[in-house]
Amino acid sequence: MSTIKRGVSLYSYQEEFYLRKLSLEQCVAVSASMGAYGIETLAEQMMPGYPKLSDAFYAQWHEWMRIYGATPTCHDAFLDTKKYNDRLLTLDEQVLEVTRDIKHAQKLGAKIIRMLVICSPELMERCAPIAADHGIWLGVEVHSPWHIEHEWIQKHLEVAYKMGTDKLGIIPDLGIYVWRFPRVIYERYIRNGAHENLVRMIVERYDSRGDLKTLPEEVEKLSGNSEDIGLARMVGHFVGSDPLKLRDVIGAVKHIHGKFYEMTEDCHEYSIPYHVIVQTLAEAGYDGYISSEYEGNRHLQDAFPVDSVEQVRRHQRMLSTLIGEQQ
Amino acid sequence: MFDRYLIGENGFRNVVEDGKTTGFQLEVRIAYYRGLGLSMLEGFEVAADEKQFPREDNLFTVRGRTFTQKQMETEYDERWEMGEVAHITVPLPGGLAAGKHEISVVEYLRVSYVPFITTGKDKKTLTLES
Repeated sequence: MSTIKRGVSLYSYQEEFYLRKLSLEQCVAVSASMGAYGIETLAEQMMPGYPKLSDAFYAQWHEWMRIYGATPTCHDAFLDTKKYNDRLLTLDEQVLEVTRDIKHAQKLGAKIIRMLVICSPELMERCAPIAADHGIWLGVEVHSPWHIEHEWIQKHLEVAYKMGTDKLGIIPDLGIYVWRFPRVIYERYIRNGAHENLVRMIVERYDSRGDLKTLPEEVEKLSGNSEDIGLARMVGHFVGSDPLKLRDVIGAVKHIHGKFYEMTEDCHEYSIPYHVIVQTLAEAGYDGYISSEYEGNRHLQDAFPVDSVEQVRRHQRMLSTLIGEQQ
Repeated sequence: MFDRYLIGENGFRNVVEDGKTTGFQLEVRIAYYRGLGLSMLEGFEVAADEKQFPREDNLFTVRGRTFTQKQMETEYDERWEMGEVAHITVPLPGGLAAGKHEISVVEYLRVSYVPFITTGKDKKTLTLES
């Protein structure tokens, strides 16, 4: 058995939370009931009133952690650089915003903050000592269309190695390993009126790692409609990179987003090779969390009932098996 | 994302002030997976039965506080939370006629990590509540 730990990003339950079918407490409880005790949160999604949360809220939060045996893992920070409609936030203002997030994470009891990939290496460098003073580690999320070998991420890694990987690093989102284009996405395009033959061509191009740059033009020439062209553009935002390269940067990885789009009934992810990823992480001695992050709801909700809880349950079963926990 | 939940099924009614019908109101929710500060809402275009109402004239009400679009531009404290029901009030002397109307709304959001203004769009047939 490896030392990888299981958790859930409550992002996974956004559909149910949005529709008020699950409360914050219920999101925590249902995750813990699956043995996913590491809880990752988005304050701006499920903690109304953020950043002005009361002491009573934090006390309630810690009570929930105690009741359900859960551990806060990561606070997903955003950064509203476009708060003002006539200018971007200055670097100093950005540091203040992140400081606010650092204080929140500390109050939650989370040790990690997910920083958006748009955050600059300069911002990370400025924030590193502040975070460290509060016992917080900052990780830039490596999210498609970026990937670990991308120049921007390499710049972030340079800063992390310079400042110390005990302070800074990266949070890979496993959506950078989409080897097969998600079925739930292209099926929605078909429901919206895309042509099946063109969809097949686009998906085959993606799956065979073909050239995606000229794809929208090619589809347009084949009399593709706006849905066909939309899908041709969308595949260009997906990435199927090599999980083995995680080994080279593992020292800078303290948390992972277990992105998934569709868990089949037999508990496989349709598009992301979790067996390869988890084995690579285990061999590299990764001992942080893989935090389930379901993102299929938005592709289903037009036509099907969304059951995020069941999707996360299957994802957790798969992780448990791959990690090698006793069943 | 969440576009289909943007227009609420309930709360569609004419607005009466001092005995006069001054417009109509509908429920809306954010077409995004998190809440936003109001300064990042760039307004709502509403259409009723193909008649368009400009964003500048609509009022936005959340948790009992009402804002014009201009006021929202510099509102840095108040937020609109994910899934939270807010109201749009559209000025229209006399209001809408009783019965069903096809209502469409386009919601404009300034999301910092997206290089363009994102839009949420929804269209529903609603029956005016008396």
